[in-house]
Amino acid sequence: MLELIVISTLNGVLFGMLLFLLSSGLTVIFSMMGVLNFAHASFYMLGAFFGFQLTKWVGFWPALLLAPLLVGAIGMAVERYGLRNTHKHGHVAELLLTFGLAFAIEEVVSMIWGKTPLDYRVPTLLDFPAFTIFSTNYPAYKLFMLAVSVTIFVALLIVLKRTRVGLIVQAALTHPHMVGHLGHNVGRVFMVVFGVGSALAGLAGVIAGPALVTQSDMAAALGPILFVVIVFGGLGSLPGAFIASLVIGLVQTFAVALNGSLASAFGPLDPSAGPSVLTDIWNVTIAQVAPIVPYLLLVLVLIVRPVGLMGTRES
Amino acid sequence: MRKLTLAIALIVPMLGHAAQAEDTVKIGYIDPLSGGGASIGEGGLKTFQYLADELNAKGGILGHKVEIVPFDNKTNPQESLIQAQKAIDAGVRYITQGNGSSVGLALEDFVNKHNTRNPGKEVLYFNYAAVDPSMTNEKCSYWHFRWDASSDIKMEALTNYMKDIPSIKKVYLINQDYSFGQSVRSDARKMLAAKRPDVQIVGDELHPLLKITDFSPYIAKIKASGADSVITGNWGQDIALLLKAAADAGLKVNWYTYYAGGAGGPTAIKQTGLDHQVFQLTEGFANSGHQAAMDYEKAFRAKVNMSLWYPRAVNEMRMFKAAAEKANSIDPVKVAAALEDLKLEVLDGGTGFMRKDDHQFLQPIYVSSFGKLAANEPFDEENTGWGWHLVSRVDTPQAMVSTTCKMARP
Repeated sequence: MLELIVISTLNGVLFGMLLFLLSSGLTVIFSMMGVLNFAHASFYMLGAFFGFQLTKWVGFWPALLLAPLLVGAIGMAVERYGLRNTHKHGHVAELLLTFGLAFAIEEVVSMIWGKTPLDYRVPTLLDFPAFTIFSTNYPAYKLFMLAVSVTIFVALLIVLKRTRVGLIVQAALTHPHMVGHLGHNVGRVFMVVFGVGSALAGLAGVIAGPALVTQSDMAAALGPILFVVIVFGGLGSLPGAFIASLVIGLVQTFAVALNGSLASAFGPLDPSAGPSVLTDIWNVTIAQVAPIVPYLLLVLVLIVRPVGLMGTRES
Repeated sequence: MRKLTLAIALIVPMLGHAAQAEDTVKIGYIDPLSGGGASIGEGGLKTFQYLADELNAKGGILGHKVEIVPFDNKTNPQESLIQAQKAIDAGVRYITQGNGSSVGLALEDFVNKHNTRNPGKEVLYFNYAAVDPSMTNEKCSYWHFRWDASSDIKMEALTNYMKDIPSIKKVYLINQDYSFGQSVRSDARKMLAAKRPDVQIVGDELHPLLKITDFSPYIAKIKASGADSVITGNWGQDIALLLKAAADAGLKVNWYTYYAGGAGGPTAIKQTGLDHQVFQLTEGFANSGHQAAMDYEKAFRAKVNMSLWYPRAVNEMRMFKAAAEKANSIDPVKVAAALEDLKLEVLDGGTGFMRKDDHQFLQPIYVSSFGKLAANEPFDEENTGWGWHLVSRVDTPQAMVSTTCKMARP
C-alpha cells in the first residue's frame, strides 16, 4: 500500500509538472491579452514534431533549444499578423481565430509527418533508470522533465515579479495606454509575450514527445485538460496554474489506483433487482472514471468559486 | 452532325470508363488511419494493398481487377457508418474492417440493415480482426464473415496453455473499456476459474480505449498487486504504451497478450528485457516453421518493409477468390453462399473452414513468445534482433468453441 502511495505520488507529480509546463504559456498569454488561446496545445504539438525532426538532423540537445525558438517565432507571427488585426473586433473574433488555427495546424502536421505515431526516442544520454524505489525504476528522463518544469516555474515567477520587464508586462495588462505613453511599445510587448508563451508550449512538446506519443492528434488529446488546469488554478495566475497542475496530476493518478465503487462502499445492490443501468453505475470503479475526474473538478470550481483557486481577474 | 460526333466522342470514352470501373472488385477498407489506432490501421492497409497487387498480378478474381479503397474511421463507430455509406456510394460491395469491435458491431448492424433495405445491392462485411464473440453469437449476421479467431476461442487456447504452468499463481487483467476488452476479462475469469481454480485474479482493470498517453499509474498498480502474470487484449498504441511504461518501471511479469506484435510492441518488449516472457496468440507468425509461410513472409517484408501481422488477411483474400471461383461470380450474394463451409489450407499450414452456423473461420492457433532468436528462426521484429518463437500450436479441432448464433438466412 505504502509502495502504491509513494509511486502514485511520484507519477502524479511528474504528470502534473508536464501539465504545468504546458499551461504556464497559456496562463501567461491569457493574463496578458485576455485571450484563451485554443491553439496552445497545437503549439505544443508543433514543438514535439519540430523536436523530432531537428533531433534527426542535429541531435536532441540543439533541438531542445531550436524547436521552442521556432515555435515561438511562429507564435509571434500569429500575434503580429493574426491576433492584432482581429483584436479590434473583440474577444470572440480572437477566440475563433485561435480555434481555427488549431485545426489548420493539425492538418498541416498530418500532411507533413503523416497520421501515425513517430518513432521519437529518449536521448541515449538520459536513457537509464535514475533510481529504484520499492523495486520500481524511475527513468532519468522523467526526472529531467521534472527539473525543466520547476526551472521554468521559478524563472517565470522571477521575471514577472522581480524584474523591470515583468513590471512593464504587468502594467501593459491593466493600463496599456499609460504604458504606451511612457514610451514602451505595447504592441511589441504583446507580441513577445505571445511568442514566449508559444515557445513554452513548444518546449513542453520537445520534452514530452519522447515520453508520451508524438502524433498528429496529440493536441486534441491534451487541449481540454489544459483549460481545466488554468480555470481550476484561477485564470491568469501562475502560482494557481502550478498548484492546479499538481492537484490534477495527483488526482488523476490516484483515481487510477483506487478500486473503490459504490458497490464496495455500500455493498452490492439487491440481486433480485436484476441487471439494470443502476447496477452498472453502482459497480463502476473510481479507476474507470479517472479520466473524467478533472472535468468534474472543473465543473465544481466553476460553480463554487468561478475565479478559480488563486484567480483575481474579474471577467 | 458535328455536335453529334462531338457528343459521341465525349460519351463513348466515358462509357468505356464506366464499364471498366464496374469490372474491378472494390474492397472498402474501413479502419483507423489517424488517431491512436492509426499505426495498426496503416499496417493493415499496406497488407491488403499487397494482397490486391498479388491477386492482380495473377489476373485478379475471375478476371476482375481487385482494388482496395481506404476509408479513415478514426476507430469511431459513428464515423465508420458514414464511411461505409460513402464506400457503398462509391461502388463498394465488399467491406473489410478489423480494428475495434465497437466499430465491428456497428458495421455488422449497418450491413444487415442496408441489405434488407436494398435487395439486389447486397454488401458483404469481411472481418479480419474484430474479435468480440457476440458478433458470431447473439448478434451474428449472414452478411458478416470473420477470419480472426474470436476472443473466446483465443482465450480457450490461452487458458489451455496456461493451465499446465504451475508457476502462474496471481493473474492481473488489464483491458480496454469496450465490448472486446470486456469479453476478454470475462472469458479469462470464467475459463481460469474452470481450468485453474487455484489461480488468484489480483486485479481486473478497464481503461479508456486509445486515450491514455502514459500507463505508469496502471503499472504501479500491477506492481502493487504482486501479480506474476498479466493477461491483456490491448491493441494499437494501448499495448505499445503499456509495455513501454512497464519497461520504464522495470516491471518483471509474464505477459499474455493478444496483440503485443503490433506496431511499437516489439520495440517496447526489447526495452524491458523480458526474454520470452511476452506471449501472443495468433493464427500464424513469422517464425512458425512452415516453409511456405516463411517464404511468403520473406517476399512480403522485402516489398512492404514491415512484418506480416495479419496472416488471416492472406487467408481472407485467398478464400474470397476461391469462393468467387466456386460461385463463378463476384456477386456478393453468391459469394456469401459459396463461402459457407468452404475449406482452406491456411497460410501457416493446416486446414481451416468457415463454419456455416456463425460464419466464424476456424483454424489452428499459435502461442508464441518474444525473445532471442534460435538458429532456425530467421525473422526478427522492428529491427530489435528479437523475434517470435513457437511455444504451442493448437490445432483446429481443439481451437473451437460452440456458438449460440441463430442466423437469419435470406
